Amino acid sequence: MKADILAQLQADRAAKRPVARVTDLESGAESLVYLADTKEEISLPSDLIEAARRALEIDRSQPFETGGGRYFIHAHNPPLRLIIVGAVHIAQPLSRIAALAGYAVTVVDPRRAFASSARFAGVAVSRDWPDKALTALAPDSRTAVVTLTHDPKLDNPALAVALRSPAFYVGSLGSKRTHAKRCEGLAEMGVDAAAIARIHGPIGLSIGAASPAEIAVSIIAQITQVRRQGAQAAA
Amino acid sequence: MATSELTSGVPGAEDDDPLAVAAAWRADGKTVALATVVSTWGSSPRPVGSQLVVDGDGAFRGSVSGGCIEGAVVSEALAAIADGEVRLLSYGVTDDMAWEVGLACGGTVEVFVERVE
Repeated sequence: MKADILAQLQADRAAKRPVARVTDLESGAESLVYLADTKEEISLPSDLIEAARRALEIDRSQPFETGGGRYFIHAHNPPLRLIIVGAVHIAQPLSRIAALAGYAVTVVDPRRAFASSARFAGVAVSRDWPDKALTALAPDSRTAVVTLTHDPKLDNPALAVALRSPAFYVGSLGSKRTHAKRCEGLAEMGVDAAAIARIHGPIGLSIGAASPAEIAVSIIAQITQVRRQGAQAAA
Repeated sequence: MATSELTSGVPGAEDDDPLAVAAAWRADGKTVALATVVSTWGSSPRPVGSQLVVDGDGAFRGSVSGGCIEGAVVSEALAAIADGEVRLLSYGVTDDMAWEVGLACGGTVEVFVERVE
């Protein structure tokens, strides 16, 4: 790897710009491919460039053969994000476990006593009202959104924004009864039934979790399952 | 929006990010090689794209297996640092060497090794 390629990769990753490094596995010759055209790609076969862009879209690094050559496509996508609405007790272990699993975490809670820096040292915190915060954070297809407050005043506006976004996972803490009420509330806000059905609720895999840390494990396990196996496998 | 910067309070994946380590080691004047898992067959402990970064003294960070083949890959990385050639290595159950280096999981893994110039 050339030093300038390494420097460019670091700059792209810092700027959260998806980039694929394509390496000839025989010669070590390398190029960077972006989702949009750039002049560096001119020397690569067009099917290789297409494969590199596809690898970025599906976030899967892979070998690729074309024209008698064998290449490795290394997809570098921006970090996964987890937005946690509700700076409640569960949010503390959840933010730590999520960070270990590779997520950049933001905790949203307008209640100052909850979202104190003492409770969430080192975690990004937004004290805006959840719908405003979620709109500003703009969940993308590499973002998971979890609501933990149990309070429809806080959870529902966040969910309404999250369900209109391409977030790959939306989950909401609460019992079946709470969840049923929540679905009614969202329907009254004009959220359509298909969108409401996207919510994982009650949240988390059913592993008998009881303590806040155990519930956090069950939530991260479910987010992982949806990410790796798709929403249907997790349903 | 009142969002504070994410700082290092939680030990996250960043601390072991192989490219970040490679860049930092280069900045310290070290010679560096990168090993990358480019394909796997059967069971393998680390997915395609996993990386191991190695310095000229054989210190390493990251992983390309569950610890089974790191020793062998570090040797190849040191050779790549010495001669500047890239290497495409294959470890698996069909390879006698693989038993010796211990890819006990029963899979096959292909590892690309290159010097950071």
